[in-house]
Amino acid sequence: MNPMPSALHSDSLHFDLVILSPLILLAAAAVVVMLAAAFYRHPRPVMILTLAGLVLSIAALFLSHGIAGIASPQVTALLVLDHYALFFIGLIVVATFVVAVLCYRYFGGDESRHEALYILLLLAALGGGVLVASSHFTSFLLGLELLSISLFALIAYPRFTEHPLEAGIKYLILAGFSSGLLLFGMALVYAQLGTMQFVKIGTMLAVPDQALELYGLAGLALIVTGVGFKLALVPFHMWTPDVYEGAPAPITAFIATVSKGAMLALLLRYFLMAGAHQSQSITFALSLVAVATILVGNLLALLQDNIKRILAYSSIAQLGYLLVGFLAFDQLAIEAVAYFLTAYFVTMLGAFGVVTILSDGFNGGSAGEFHGSAERDSDRLADYAGLFWHRPWLAGVFTAMLLSLAGIPLTMGFIGKFYIVTAGVEASLWMPVITVVIGSIIALFYYLRIITVMYASGPEATGEAIMLRAASPSFAESVTLAALALLLIWLGIFPTQLIDVLEGTMVDLT
Amino acid sequence: MVLAALIFIPVVGGLLSWMADRWHPGAAKWLALATVGIEFVLTIWLWLQSASAMALPAHGGWLAETRAEWIPRFGVSFHLAMDGISLILVVLTAFLGIVSVACSWTEIQKRVGFFYFNLLWTVAGAIGVFLALDLFLFFFFWELMLVPMYFLIGIWGHENRQYASIKFFIFAQGSGMFMLVAILALVFVHYRSTGVLTFDYFELLNTTLSPSTEMWIMLGFFIAFAVKTPIVPFHTWLPDAHTEAPTAGSVILAGVLLKTGAYGLLRFIIPLFPEAAAHFAPVAMVLGATGVLYGAFLAFAQTDFKRLVAYTSVSHLGFAVLGIFAWNPWSLGGAVMQMIAHGISTGALFVIAGILQERTHTRDMQRFEGLWSVMPRLAAMGLFFAIAALGLPGMGNFVGEFLVLMGLSTSSGVLASAATVVFVASVVYALALVQKTFHGENKHGWQLHDLSSREMATLYSMAAITLWLGLYPQPVLNAAPNTANSPPAIAVARHEVNVE
Repeated sequence: MNPMPSALHSDSLHFDLVILSPLILLAAAAVVVMLAAAFYRHPRPVMILTLAGLVLSIAALFLSHGIAGIASPQVTALLVLDHYALFFIGLIVVATFVVAVLCYRYFGGDESRHEALYILLLLAALGGGVLVASSHFTSFLLGLELLSISLFALIAYPRFTEHPLEAGIKYLILAGFSSGLLLFGMALVYAQLGTMQFVKIGTMLAVPDQALELYGLAGLALIVTGVGFKLALVPFHMWTPDVYEGAPAPITAFIATVSKGAMLALLLRYFLMAGAHQSQSITFALSLVAVATILVGNLLALLQDNIKRILAYSSIAQLGYLLVGFLAFDQLAIEAVAYFLTAYFVTMLGAFGVVTILSDGFNGGSAGEFHGSAERDSDRLADYAGLFWHRPWLAGVFTAMLLSLAGIPLTMGFIGKFYIVTAGVEASLWMPVITVVIGSIIALFYYLRIITVMYASGPEATGEAIMLRAASPSFAESVTLAALALLLIWLGIFPTQLIDVLEGTMVDLT
Repeated sequence: MVLAALIFIPVVGGLLSWMADRWHPGAAKWLALATVGIEFVLTIWLWLQSASAMALPAHGGWLAETRAEWIPRFGVSFHLAMDGISLILVVLTAFLGIVSVACSWTEIQKRVGFFYFNLLWTVAGAIGVFLALDLFLFFFFWELMLVPMYFLIGIWGHENRQYASIKFFIFAQGSGMFMLVAILALVFVHYRSTGVLTFDYFELLNTTLSPSTEMWIMLGFFIAFAVKTPIVPFHTWLPDAHTEAPTAGSVILAGVLLKTGAYGLLRFIIPLFPEAAAHFAPVAMVLGATGVLYGAFLAFAQTDFKRLVAYTSVSHLGFAVLGIFAWNPWSLGGAVMQMIAHGISTGALFVIAGILQERTHTRDMQRFEGLWSVMPRLAAMGLFFAIAALGLPGMGNFVGEFLVLMGLSTSSGVLASAATVVFVASVVYALALVQKTFHGENKHGWQLHDLSSREMATLYSMAAITLWLGLYPQPVLNAAPNTANSPPAIAVARHEVNVE
């Protein structure tokens, strides 16, 4: 049942299939996992197959990368697997791997029947992969829907519990709404230019005197709005805290990283390939959105008492920082976005990983088998009181992740923020850059609040009953978290290795 | 290589003492002491080595240098260098490192390993700040030393520690972000005119800037240094942080962290932005003089021992600011002298406060009274350092303040005479401190141990250094003017033109 042979077999037939192999393997893994689950319903083999599929997909990335010199990365008009796409597919697949590992114990481990979860995860990763590789409105929409539809099911996966269901329905409505806006926007752009290929749009607009007319401009605005919903940019952010809070912790990590990262990578590609950044009004609107996102995200985070909600608002603010780098639209900007996004992936996975490990999870995956596990994750601030003194490693990892979000040295977040500010200063985006500074200062309040609670001792720590899970994390969870923390610090001190990769891979777009 | 070792010794020592505490309780403090001891010996050795080099003006003032590639994409290198001013500040840091380990010996009872880890990492960060000559590296250390200090205050501090630690962190980190933007703006101005992307201090030194750009970038740096030093409107974090920190934290805060701000003014603001600094100097000097007076007046209104000492820091560092912005050989020598002398004398006062707090569990001076009869040795040391703080001739602080005022009077007689008023105020607060705490009858019936031999060794050595600084200040002054003469020599020349 190994999906590898089929890919190797087609190798000789056509380069395109080799280039597409990372995505093909993801799709194949989903089918294989589904068949395996149909014949032998046990989560462990399913989980192992899932991880194997993800690892093979990573391996295929190198294959695809190696052949890129011989063949054109453009596969049909729909997909382009250039270095940019390969980098982000890699990021998505690795993040999915981490989420899959985190899901296993959380959703009940060997005792429960949660095989379908892994199929959904693989499909969502495939959707994300298609998104970052798309060069055409059709593949854009296909990837987006594949990702969103898998996410509805993932969010509401513990379907006997109130919060996840509520979150799932909220996400469903908003995702449907934003897809509608996107479709309409695409239609308007098509109405003016008569093409749906990003590159062709770009070349048509590159002709002097040829700019987007009212139709096209409205279309672009609608596309940005639709993407803005997915990225939770202010003022399209309302759904984020509720969905983050309601969704199971590992799935929240997935939404925060894969879903947002893929959308942002796509948006950057669209802007650069289709020449949308030449439209002054759109870039001006985006810089206003960036400023509003940073300020609103950080200010609202101050009012929260729930870790998942704080992280939700924090992720809104982080996307605002990303947008500042994004607005510089040059080589440095692309690198900055890619580096910051990588740092954001590591940090968010680590932070939600800690929340996952501390939570009981939902161990009643299939009908009638609900064991009445915890009704919520360990996500109240009080749950974390004095954590450092009884779970030092977990609290240490969480501290590192929070400091990285705050942009303190020795972490990837510092280099990421440095990159963003550098890109902003280079492009003289003074207002957004100053907003980044102000936003970071506000953000310190709520990151330090969590850290202070974790390190509190004495009466502060014992005031409320601690609801933390007593059991220790599984071996796989510990290894994953430790790896994330080490990566965070290693690339925070020696960022050159990642920067070299980015410098080499990000040249395609400009 | 020695310079890199100066940073890595406390880093490794900190990790070792944290781990050692798990295997063998009680080992952590010995390891920490050994670490700062090695560090101190190394710095003294460096000083003796370079004493002759410093006397030679042809040497350029730079005693040692290390450079390695770090992030070539941004032109960032691991570039450390040491001149006279860095050297004496590193010596001060290492010495106060020993003092802070010694004064935590019995005070810190819980999470000992983690405590020394944070203490040593703060020391490492501060030494990095004093040695870094790459602006990225400087910013890296600048931010890095905040985190362990935040933990020192937040975990081992007194009653109101959480408020104080968060306030400290936000002030310091927030102002640092402005400096980051200013650093990047400077780097990109340089990049546009030369095509070289670099964060190196020497390369950026002669960047040509338009006057308004120079002023904005200078203000970005100034805000960060003004918060740390502290210069008056930005000082509000200081009384809280100093009061709530554990003794070692207060010693390092007052003795070392505040100096990083003054050092930044001296090393970066004036050499990098000579014109803007010259325009800005009157404002900065007014702020400095305000700090001198305001700190002293607030000090004698305090009832909390540590809070009083904290406000005297605002006052003393105001002199350093005055001296730096007056920018002539006397005032610069005075500013450096003031920084060193303040580090020792205020550090000692915090040690005394810590000893009192450890025995009486209070810092409220209204509850002390009459401790002379109970703890004569401590009271004598208290009197000694209170007098040092008020600037009695023969002590280090006097030399610093006198030189600053002498230098200042050549550029602004009005400010110099205004700042002189502080000698009245400082006598009031210093004597109030002594009278409230040590004089009078022992009405509260205190029964306390006098100083142990460890505490005596600490305080006596600090007293000896204060006297040495006051009676024979030449070694410190030798180191100081070199900074004024070497790379920023051009700056001095231009500055003097502007003042006229």
